[in-house]
Formats: sequence, structure tokens, C-alpha cells
Amino acid sequence: MGGAAILLLTGCSPQQFTVLNPVGPVGRSELQLIILSTILVLVVIVPVIALLAYIVVRYRDKPGNTAPYQPQWSESKKLEFVWWSIPIIIVAILGTVTAEKTFALTRPPEPTNNPMVVQVQSLDWKWLFQYPGQKVATLNYLEIPTGQPIEFILTSNAPMNSFWVPQLGGMEYTMPGTQMRLWLQADQAGTYQGRGANFTGRGFAHMTFNVVATSQDKFNQWVQKVKATGTPLTEAGYQALVKPSLAGVISYSSYPMGLFENVVTKDGGGMGNMGK
Amino acid sequence: MGGVKQFLSHFFVTGPFEIGGDVSIGLVSLAILFVLTRYKLWGWLWRNWLTSVDHKKIGIMYMLAALLMLFRGGVDALMIRTQLALPNSQFLGAEHYDQIFTTHGTIMILFMAMPFIFAMMNIVVPLQLGARDVAFPYLNAISFWLFFFGAMLLNISFVIGGSPDAGWVNYPPLAELQFSPGPGDNFYLLSILISGIGSVATGINFLVTILKMRAPGMSLMKMPMFSWAVFATCIDIIFAFPALTIALGLEFADRILGAHFFTLNGGGNPMMYVNLFWMWGHPEVYIVILPAFGIYSEVVATFSRKRLFGYTAMVTSLLLIAIASYFVWLHHFFTMGAGADVNTFFAIASMFIAIPTGVKIFNWLFTMFRGRIRMTIPMMWVIAFIPNFVIGGSTGVMLAAAPADYQYHNSYFLVAHFHQVLIGGVVYGMLAGMYYWWPKMFGFILEERFAKWGFWLFNIGFYVCFMPQYPLGLMGMTRRMYTYPAGLGWSSLNMISTVGAFVMGIGFIFIVLNIVSSIRHPVKDTTGDPWDARTLEWSLPSPAPHYNFARIPVIDSRDQWWEMKQKGMTKPDDSTPLAPIHMPKNSGKPFIMGVLFFIAGFGFVFNWYVLAGLGLLGVVITLFARSFDYDTDYYIPVDEVKHSEAAFGRS
Ligand code: HEM
Ligand SMILES: [Cu+2]
Repeated sequence: MGGAAILLLTGCSPQQFTVLNPVGPVGRSELQLIILSTILVLVVIVPVIALLAYIVVRYRDKPGNTAPYQPQWSESKKLEFVWWSIPIIIVAILGTVTAEKTFALTRPPEPTNNPMVVQVQSLDWKWLFQYPGQKVATLNYLEIPTGQPIEFILTSNAPMNSFWVPQLGGMEYTMPGTQMRLWLQADQAGTYQGRGANFTGRGFAHMTFNVVATSQDKFNQWVQKVKATGTPLTEAGYQALVKPSLAGVISYSSYPMGLFENVVTKDGGGMGNMGK
Repeated sequence: MGGVKQFLSHFFVTGPFEIGGDVSIGLVSLAILFVLTRYKLWGWLWRNWLTSVDHKKIGIMYMLAALLMLFRGGVDALMIRTQLALPNSQFLGAEHYDQIFTTHGTIMILFMAMPFIFAMMNIVVPLQLGARDVAFPYLNAISFWLFFFGAMLLNISFVIGGSPDAGWVNYPPLAELQFSPGPGDNFYLLSILISGIGSVATGINFLVTILKMRAPGMSLMKMPMFSWAVFATCIDIIFAFPALTIALGLEFADRILGAHFFTLNGGGNPMMYVNLFWMWGHPEVYIVILPAFGIYSEVVATFSRKRLFGYTAMVTSLLLIAIASYFVWLHHFFTMGAGADVNTFFAIASMFIAIPTGVKIFNWLFTMFRGRIRMTIPMMWVIAFIPNFVIGGSTGVMLAAAPADYQYHNSYFLVAHFHQVLIGGVVYGMLAGMYYWWPKMFGFILEERFAKWGFWLFNIGFYVCFMPQYPLGLMGMTRRMYTYPAGLGWSSLNMISTVGAFVMGIGFIFIVLNIVSSIRHPVKDTTGDPWDARTLEWSLPSPAPHYNFARIPVIDSRDQWWEMKQKGMTKPDDSTPLAPIHMPKNSGKPFIMGVLFFIAGFGFVFNWYVLAGLGLLGVVITLFARSFDYDTDYYIPVDEVKHSEAAFGRS
């Protein structure tokens, strides 16, 4: 409570706690675990600090202190049983929920037979998103429909990064020669900030991107618009993107066949999915 | 001429900070050279320190180096925090910022925390065990000089050649030639490879010392808790450091020999590096915390005037932690997609570590319970450690919940966690140990007034600096960003954090002032036991004579010295006759070997292979020369022992 008051005084609004304001099932499920683990550790933190304060005050070496003094007392099976049990119980509860959620999060948050796929590449220092279903691509922004699970397939053609949109859910690394998979979903329309979370050099701090979540209809309109007004991404254009530099947002009406797959496999990387 | 000029401008880094650095390093070096020459101290320095194989002196040198590195790493930290105080700040550019956080992390872990624990191990373990030195005193000196010259190699990168800038974890492919050309990253690799040899040797040395050199009667279960903690640490050092050496060695092969172990192209696999690095990296955090745990155990018992609570549980938990720490490394990259089964295993294994850790905290609390707590400076650091560690350990458990870690990973939440355990755990512990054993090292006690100022400023500064970083993480701020825009709600918390960092900096200055003023007006420790303490080192005069024990004591209880005092003794039993004492001789070779390793490392950094080869050749020659050294030890005659004991009022 006190902490919350201080935070508000410093001018942070609750919405700015992106991790605590998820807009989809993945982020919500992770938030539940965050809350549960916070409660469980507070059950230890608060009593231990209180006990410390009590002991330090009560057993100070002051003249006239009447508190018991037992310099030889150093074993107590009963007490030790208590404090082996407390952390064991906490770890058992938290471990169980953690295991459950770890498995759940590798599956789509809602059953789906034909999920929408976005292929993500981290470059130096930009994000390239390809939509194999729609055959369009974007640079440094992402447009997704609300209300359905989206399968992100991640790789990198640069030092490893991490793809993170806190309000949708947790992150996953993008790594050269590897395909990683991350399920996310937005239930509310809006614009959410994403960023790279694993250091990649000079331009790293600028690797942010907006995720625009809209209804399926609006999303389809957006795809049509990109197809009509965007520029095609050519092989040469792609090679230019791979060179270290910063860039703004761009919409591409098409991209070279097999671009993503080639990036993954060019140096012997496998197409098997990691992160299932 | 032009060529030379160009070479020099690449060789010496030019920029306002670097030139400032050059000038101040130059001035300090000149001042040191001047003082040494003016007061004819060269011989003294060489004979008493540089060639010493005495564990106490090596320990003191480790401690001085650690404090210096704490200063250097602290200046880095203040620059980082200054840059982050305001959004869109231009104080440091990305280039400088990246170098500074990289050297900050590397120095703090490898060249501050490591030498500080080695300092405490060296100063205390033989004295606690009733031994006259460590098992391999000559090797001990080699360890020190390899650490020292490794640290120097990293430090000169700031002014010569350029600092590494790929983060203290040095992940490839970022750290490979393609993305980090230039010598900076080589400095990182070579400095750690060189000092790493010393660390493994120290691990072996102290493991053997503890197993073989305990005084008669001291069974393992009568050994003081600090020595137990060092034992657990040594197990971790011996089995963890090789993983680091291999990871960095392969990366070195990539960068110097053109291999492709972890490169972006050519079929390299960076994931292998990440695994190897953390197979060392996680045990490493326990390597530095376990000795601190040992220090807390000693200090809390002494200043509660009570036996350490739950000795058996303390030993059990140390060993459980040491072993379990090998099975959790993957929690540093849950987000690398290892699959749900693997992540679950490592999540639960990580949480498991919290169990023995929690037990230790309760045992410390109950050592104080029904004791008589004296608020001395070392005890204040112990008491301040407990809340810090309860919170920091708890956020560790939160991070270990893998799905939640997907949201915390690489954010400021993580940064807050590890600073809370590393500062609130390791640094507080080392400071507690420094204040506690200072009289044993130097024969005088550190005064309390400045020490208290230092304590309060550092401690309050800590919370102001790091508590705001937990919410920052939840607001999506990631680590290693050199700047951030306004409007995300991050600005005020960052400003608060920076203020806290400067308060800690002022606290550190007070600690230095505290040492300086105590040197100028020393409060002598004439008894050898200023704290009315419990273990064997306090039965010796302060500072301990170079042979430590005139007679090797016979042990019959855990708190040997305390029990002896209970029986009315004021000094160790001196009824048995003295015998000549067998001691190792000083040697200049460890120092020379350090210099040669430095030369070899420097050669590799700049790809000057002739220089590197000469350095390595020198190392081999030194090794050979040593193996033909037959004059490595001597006996102190009884008369001399008598004489020096008499100077302490003993016989
Ligand atoms: C209660 C026991 C602890 C647990 C369960 C724990 C758990 C964790 C986890 C899961 C991470 C990785 C988080 C991430 O990267 O997303 C982590 C990071 C870290 N922990 Fe702990 N921790 C504990 C105690 C400690 C201690 C005692 C230390 C050191 C004294 C420590 C130092 C670190 C460091 C340095 C890192 C981050 C390294 C980096 O990424 O640069 N932890 N901890
Ligand atoms: Cu770890």
C-alpha cells in the first residue's frame, strides 16, 4: 500500500505498469503467477523482518535488559522442523502452479485449428515482421487482429535479441539458425509497445515497435491497404536492412519467397520448432 | 610519421573520459613511483609484499585490490546512473554507455567480489584451522598475481585499445569479430582466462588446506562455520570455473583463430556458449555468496555472545546449496525455448535452493534470539543484510517461476534482484568481514564514527537506488538501454534511483575516510581478542605473527577459543616446549609469472603473436626454473620464536 502511494506520487499512472495490465490471456495467466508468487513470498518477508526487529530490540546488550539469555542454547529439533517446513510448503505450492503454467503456455491460449502466423526477424537494429498468410510484411510495427491466438515464429539475422510485448505476454529469444515459437493474443483493441529485450549493441535501445491490435475486419482492411500502397520488399532491399542501422516504420506489399526459411537454414539451422 | 600517429590514436583511446583517465592513471602512477623512490621503499615492497607467500599478506593484497576495484566499478556505476537519470540524456553516447556497463559488471563480479572473498579466505582460514599457512603457499601467490595482472589487463582497456562492450555475459554472436571488431572484447576474454587459472588454483588450494591442515582434534564437525562455507565455495569453484574457461576459450578461438563455434555464420551455435557460460555463472553467484554466509555466521555468534544456532543444519544447507547450484543454470535463459519439461525442471530446482537459504536465515535469527546483541559495526552490516537478503532471495524465487520470468527477464526487475543479493548479500558480508577481522590483520580497530556514517548512507542509498528498479521492470524497462524516451512513466523512478546511487557513493567515501582516519589515529588491539570472540584466530596476538601459531593447538570443541576462555585461560596453552617452525620461503617467481602472463595476454589482445609467444615462453621458463628450485623452505629457530612471542607478552 505504502509502496503504491509512493509510486503514484512519483507520477506513474497504473496503466504504465505494462506487465500488470495485460490485454490478453497469456499476459493475464503470467500475471496470476506473478501475484501468487508475490503473496507467497510476502508470507515470509513480512514475518521475518518483523521477527528481526523484535529480536534486535529485545535482546540488545544493555544494562538491565531482563530478556532471557541462554548462551549455550543452539539446537531445537522442533524449531528447525518449522523452518524447514515453511519454505518447503511455499516452494511446493509455487512449483506446482509454475509447472502447470509452463506447459500451458506452450499451447495456444485458446483452441484454434488455423492460427494466424507472424514470422519475426530481429535485425541490427530493427524488427521485420512477415505475414505468410497475408503475404505482406512490416518493419518496426506490427498489426494484429484481436480475439485470436497468434503464433509468432522468431529468428534472428543479427546478434540474439528477445521479442517482448509486455501487455500481450512474456518474451522469447530470437536466435540465429533457430526457430522459436511464442503464442500471444490481444483481446482488446489498442496500441501496445514492444521492444527488444536482449542487448544487441549500439542501436539496441531504439529497437521499439508498436503493436496495433484491431478487429478482424479492420485488420483485413489494413492488409488490403498495405497490398495496394506498400512497396515490395526485394532481396536487395532485405540485404540493405540486414546492415546495421536504425530505421522507421515501413509497410511491404510483398516479400521474396522463402525469405524467412532461408534466414533460418542458411548456416545449417534447423526448421524444427523450439519453444514448444 | 603519419603511420605512427594513426597507430597511436587507435592504440590510445581518445575522448574526454579516456584522456581524463589517462591523466589520472599517469599521475597516480607517478605519485606511487615517487613515494617508493623517495622513501627508498622498493626493497621493502619487493621483500615484504611482492614476493610474499604468507597467506595473511596475500589476503591483505587481495583486499586492497578488491577495494580499488570497488571504487573503479563504483565510478562506472555512477556514470551509468547519471546517464539514466533523465530521459533522452546525452551525457554518454551508446558507445561509452555500452563499454561502461560491460566493465562495471565484469569488474564487480570477477575483479571485486572474487578477490574480496579470496581476501577473507586467505586472511582467516589458516588461522581458524590452527594452520601455519595454506597447503600450497607458492601456488597461492601465483593465484594472486594471476588475478592481479588479469584485472590490470582489463583495466588498461579503458585507455589503451578500447573497452569491451558486449555486456559482462559477453554473448556471441554480438561478442564475435563480426559485431565487435577491435581489441576490446579480447581484453575481456584474456583478462578472465588469466585470472581464472588463479581462481581454480585457489579453489584447490583451500579445499586441500581444509581437508588436510586442520589442527589435531578438529574434526570436520568441529570446524568453524566460515571454514565450512569456504569448503562449499571451493567445491563450486573447482567444478564451475572449467566451464567458463571452455566457453571463453572457444570464443577466443573464434575471435583469434577464425573458428566458428558461436559465430552468426558458418554454422556457429551461440546457444552452446549461453549454456556453458551459465554452467559457471550460476555457481559463481554462490561462490561469492557462500563465504559471505560464513562471515555472517561468525559475526552473528560473536556479537550475540551465543553459540551459532543449528550448526548441523547450517552445514547441511551449505552443502545442499553448493551442489544444487549446478542444477539451475538454465533459469538464466528460460526464454531460450528449451521446452516446457526442461523449463519446469530448472524452475523447481531453482526454487529448491530457497529452502536451505531460508533455513540459514532462521538460524541466524535464532542465534540472536536469547543472546546479547552488541551493535558493533560488523554486526550492523549483518543485521542490515537480513532484510535485504530476504527480499532479494524472494524476488529470486519469483524469477524462478518460469512463466513469470518471461515477463521479468532482462528487465530492471532482474537488475534489482541481483543487485540486492550481490550488494546486500556479498558486499555487506565482505564489509562485515573486513571490519571484523581488520584488527587481526593490522593490530588496530577501525573507529566507529565515520564507519556509522558510511553504514547508514550506503544502506539507505541502497534502498533508494534499487527498490525503484523493481517497479521499473514491471513498467517494461529493459536492462542495457543507454537511453529511454520521456512519457513512459520511467523518468522519476530513474531519477530517484540515481540519487540513491550517489548516496551510496558518499557512503563509500565515508568508509574510505574511516580507514584513513583509523590509520592516522589507531586504536590498538593489544589483547588479540578485541571482540571477545569465539574461534581460534582470536587466540593469537594481533596482527598474527608470520608463523601464526607458536604451538599448534589441540582442539576439543567448535568454539575452541570461547571454551578456553570459559575455563579461565587468557592465552593459548604454552606449557609444551617450542620446536623449530617449518615455513615456506618467499619467491619472486609468482610475480614474474604474472607479468609474463600479462605480456602474453596483451600480445593476444592486439594479435601481436610474437609478443604473446614470448610471454608464454617466459611462463614456461619460469615453471621450469621453479621445478629446479630446491631451496624453498626453512626453519625458524626456537630462539627466534621465543623472541617474537615475548614481544607479544607470551612465551
Ligand atoms: C533464493 C535463491 C535465488 C534464486 C531462486 C534466484 C533466482 C534467479 C533467477 C531465476 C535469475 C534469472 C532471471 C532472469 O535472467 O530472468 C537470477 C538472476 C541472477 N541472480 Fe539470482 N537467485 C537467487 C539468489 C541469488 C544470489 C544469492 C545471488 C548472488 C549473490 C544471485 C545473483 C544473481 C545474478 C547476478 C543474476 C543475473 C545475472 C545476469 O543476468 O546478469 N541470485 N536469479
Ligand atoms: Cu542463477
